Amino acid sequence: MDFDLMLRVYPFFIEAAGTTILLSVLTAILGLTCGALGAAARLSRLVVFRFLGAAYVSVFRGTPALIQLFILYFGGPQIGIQLDAFEAGVIGLGINAGAYMTETIRGAIISIDKGQREAARTLGLSQFQGFYKVILPQAARLMVRPLGVNLNMLIKATALVAAISVIELTYTAQRYIGSTYKPFEMFLLAGILYMIIIYATGRGVAWLDRKVQIN
Amino acid sequence: MTDPNHFVQIRHAQKSFGSLEVLKDISLNVARGQIVAIIGPSGSGKSTLLRAINDLDALTGGEVWLDGVQVNKSLPHRQYEKHINEMRQQIGMVFQHFNLFPHMTARDNVTMAPKLLKGLTNEEADALAKEQLEKVGMLDRIDYYPSQLSGGQKQRVAIARALAMKPKLMLFDEATSALDPELVDEVNLVMKKLAEEHMTMIIVTHEMDFAAAVCDRVLFMDRGVVVEEGPPEVIFRNPEKDRTKEFLRKHLAGAK
Ligand SMILES: Nc1ncnc2c1ncn2[C@@H]1O[C@H](COP(=O)(O)OP(=O)(O)O)[C@@H](O)[C@H]1O
Ligand SMILES: [Mg+2]
Repeated sequence: MDFDLMLRVYPFFIEAAGTTILLSVLTAILGLTCGALGAAARLSRLVVFRFLGAAYVSVFRGTPALIQLFILYFGGPQIGIQLDAFEAGVIGLGINAGAYMTETIRGAIISIDKGQREAARTLGLSQFQGFYKVILPQAARLMVRPLGVNLNMLIKATALVAAISVIELTYTAQRYIGSTYKPFEMFLLAGILYMIIIYATGRGVAWLDRKVQIN
Repeated sequence: MTDPNHFVQIRHAQKSFGSLEVLKDISLNVARGQIVAIIGPSGSGKSTLLRAINDLDALTGGEVWLDGVQVNKSLPHRQYEKHINEMRQQIGMVFQHFNLFPHMTARDNVTMAPKLLKGLTNEEADALAKEQLEKVGMLDRIDYYPSQLSGGQKQRVAIARALAMKPKLMLFDEATSALDPELVDEVNLVMKKLAEEHMTMIIVTHEMDFAAAVCDRVLFMDRGVVVEEGPPEVIFRNPEKDRTKEFLRKHLAGAK
């Protein structure tokens, strides 16, 4: 194994890891937004919204994220959507992650005992007041861990955007392989950095989960 | 004002869940300050009747009135929501499984709704929490979370939460059924105290002794109808109907 080479190139990998992190953060924000909207649609009183929510989830969970990215990035211009690779990466992955998060958020909300809603309504709270004072604070606590799993998947999924040539960790590894012919070292380096990012994120999620628990 | 003898009125209440008819033409008047117990076998429709009063389960026929206002009046959706929320503020409800908000302390359980709906200041809310928790003997647990309380304590906080809205009517759906036997008395004591303060109450219960001691009237329900009603002395000692006798025989035998 060529340690010298790894030491020489790792600063470039660190920089690429920065892009991966930025990509992950933006994707997570968009994913959470889509997930919240998706869950709201899935739980709506109106059948149209429920249908749209369900369609969103089945389409985006039912096809490979890579195909979704290709359609958006390569197919987009054909229908008038011009995005650079990074934008396409964030939007494609964010919408994809949102489909998974929709189910996570919805699952947490519907797992709250219906007696909670009834107690709120009995006191005279409106549907909305009951939701944000009683249901959501409890559901949010239950969501932390499963959303952490979604986040973990999402970070790993950012490797896909190498295929549309976003210069992030995986793409960088591939590029250095082209000039060094050392795939083992280059992918190992990328893998180590992914692991650090994911480990740190996991610790963050665990910390948040402990922090939000009642007592 | 309104007729105090018809403080709560249920007129021809009918309720079906699909093809299952759970309430069959039930009518009932409760006077202001009166305490009515509803007894009857499991599945007879007691909870459904109680939950119809504050429209948690909407009736499929009939009317509910409280203090001269129809609770389940037909209005367009938005207006109805506003109306029913106002009515529910006047109707306290206590559930078998407490349904306390686990993410709030006893204090916040009690004050959340009054703060939100009546715009109490923090000082007012604080005074209210203390007043209501004191009343149910839970002042010393004011900053405890539900998970730190016993069943009886939870139920007492739940009663304080309902009382904090200053309701005109209190509904109890088997408030002590989920409690260990040694915790039943502390909750019954609180309910007795409310009775002494002339709170109007409708109490679904399996505890015949408690019903006999506290209530002005007892209704025996079976299969969606009120089979028999009257003062507790009559219903418990001298019931007329065979179904009542049979139910009491089983129940009193079980209890003793
Ligand atoms: N939401 C519901 N959907 C369908 N059936 C119900 C529902 N709630 C109650 N029932 C039925 O209505 C009947 C009366 O129930 P309930 O009022 O809970 O009786 P009780 O409180 O006297 O035990 C039972 O047969 C029960 O299964
Ligand atoms: Mg019941």
